[in-house]
Amino acid sequence: MGLAKTKKQAAIPATTSETRVSGPSGDGFAQAPPDLPKEVELRVYRDMLMIRRFEERAGQMYGMGLIGGFCHLYIGQEAVVVGTQLALKPGDQVITGYRDHGHMLACGMDPKGVMAELTGRRSGYSKGKGGSMHMFSIEKNFYGGHGIVAAQVSLGTGIAFANRYRQNGNVCVTYFGDGAANQGQVYESFNMAELWKLPVVYVIENNRYAMGTAVTRASAQVDFSKRGLSFNIPGEQVDGMDVRAVKAAAERAVKWCRDGNGPIILEMLTYRYRGHSMSDPAKYRTREEVEKVRTERDPIEQVRARLLATGRASEDELKRTDAEVRKIINEAAEFAAHEPEPDPAELWTDVVR
Amino acid sequence: MTLVEAVNAALARALADDSNVVLLGEDIGVNGGVFRATIGLQQRFGRERVVDTPLAEALIGGLCVGMAAQGLKPVGEIQFMGFLYPCIDQLVNHASRLRHRTQGRLSCPMVLRVPHGAGIRAPEHHSESTEAMLAHIPGLRVVMPSSPERAYGLLLAAIRDPDPVIFLEPTRIYRAVKGQVEDNGEALPLDVAFVLREGRDVTLISWGAMVRETMAAADQLAAEHLDAEVIDLATLKPYDAETILASVAKTGRCVIVHEAARTGGFGAEIAASIAERALLSLLAPPVRITGYDTVIPLPRLEQHYMPSVGRIVAAARKVCQFS
Repeated sequence: MGLAKTKKQAAIPATTSETRVSGPSGDGFAQAPPDLPKEVELRVYRDMLMIRRFEERAGQMYGMGLIGGFCHLYIGQEAVVVGTQLALKPGDQVITGYRDHGHMLACGMDPKGVMAELTGRRSGYSKGKGGSMHMFSIEKNFYGGHGIVAAQVSLGTGIAFANRYRQNGNVCVTYFGDGAANQGQVYESFNMAELWKLPVVYVIENNRYAMGTAVTRASAQVDFSKRGLSFNIPGEQVDGMDVRAVKAAAERAVKWCRDGNGPIILEMLTYRYRGHSMSDPAKYRTREEVEKVRTERDPIEQVRARLLATGRASEDELKRTDAEVRKIINEAAEFAAHEPEPDPAELWTDVVR
Repeated sequence: MTLVEAVNAALARALADDSNVVLLGEDIGVNGGVFRATIGLQQRFGRERVVDTPLAEALIGGLCVGMAAQGLKPVGEIQFMGFLYPCIDQLVNHASRLRHRTQGRLSCPMVLRVPHGAGIRAPEHHSESTEAMLAHIPGLRVVMPSSPERAYGLLLAAIRDPDPVIFLEPTRIYRAVKGQVEDNGEALPLDVAFVLREGRDVTLISWGAMVRETMAAADQLAAEHLDAEVIDLATLKPYDAETILASVAKTGRCVIVHEAARTGGFGAEIAASIAERALLSLLAPPVRITGYDTVIPLPRLEQHYMPSVGRIVAAARKVCQFS
């Protein structure tokens, strides 16, 4: 007997921006996300473009042999971090896995320092010793950058534990992917977080592939917003390609945490355009699939089209923004290519004896 | 005071002295811990500071790192050494590297207390002694007391230390040894070996529960007019090579005793160091008396596995006769 069952994958909402609420509060669809004020819309355009251009350049520099180690690009997922960051206040912490460049830029870290870390230079955020996956910024409350799939989830839960212990009102946003969502530590963390009502937003970035494995081939429950249900953790499925929907959901989630309700899950339905890492040709999906998302759902193009359609910005103004962003990225790349390498004595620093 | 009471006293002192200290582990609060090391602490300091966690060791490790990154000083408890393994990922990949990854902007001031070793009539994963595995990881401190006094002083030092410390507590002597401990809040130095008995003829090196058999062996050797020096290593990583080398320079002979399996055990590291740095002082090859490369057996076979006083004495006698 055939055991095969067809599982329907949660699709990226095709046209409208919908946020479905699942969890103890009941199932249903919230309204379309509210429009962004003009200055916010211009800002998210610039911020997302910065990540896109940074990543494109990182990909080129990797190809030129300037970047050693691994390099996981965030292209396609920009709306998730940019929208989420808008919901945070100073003091809130961010922690994520290895696809972390976008998170760092969204947190306000300097593109020069991030790029120089990718190229392994002395002026990188980790002095050229951490690379793509391992950077921190205490000033920007960014707690890494972690290479082990899902292991950052219990760290983020620990950070939230400290927030609760200190009663400081801060929320820890803990990002992980659809692949990480199948690791056991995630559920140990969910249990503890709900038990202690810890202020943590678990953002599951469902980009539909765990490395090369489609979620339908790896996950018994492909609606990741429901993964907290047996712990009584509410979840929302969010159109992660629409920065307005992301921002609105993140604001609800952060408020939920700050009000002392404990953890919450946001499943961001998103898509990565590039391979898992630079060494992944992504043969597990069709070119057409990628093209379809790019042309129909691109997070940056959505904002650009709205800005133009509403007359909030002209082509010329957007071109100026593009040029500004390119200049910053060019400078970062130039900086990262020419800074000195770390001194060999750095092998012995910051290690106990 | 017994060793486990000394652990309890040090934890109480640390909780009283520093509001950043938080204890967490399975059954440590209401129940006072599987070995009763934390008994009474939740009643005294509250459930916010002595936290009963779910049965989830990876989580305990991860929580500790996250809390430490925020400046808390978490002291986690693992119930038995064999239950540590789900947590190894957090120790190796995060706890030991937080300082390095942040270029010293953050350290990881956590302690993980782990009962260590056999001799309590419990099967395999309740009786493990895999300290060499932990000592192999750069960035972790590994400490193991052998008396109530050192348990108290070294645990306080571990909690005050800015880096992650794995504090291995020898279960076999939790209650079997008693000693005078003054609860004065004074820490003992980490990274220092303790010379428990001075001698001229042979150096006996051990740590944890095995120090008791090693001291008994020294007594027997004295009856045979062999004068043994006994060193309690106390901190395995980073370990105090100077004290060992100075002793071997004096005696020219040494026996290293541990109950962990032989291959790749920490005795091999010490023997290698002695060979590298004190070869010309040696009058005999360094000898290891260890457990065997097998699974820790059930109680009826346990006495065959554990290094006995007799084996240590015989080995010491042999190295003293070597020429």
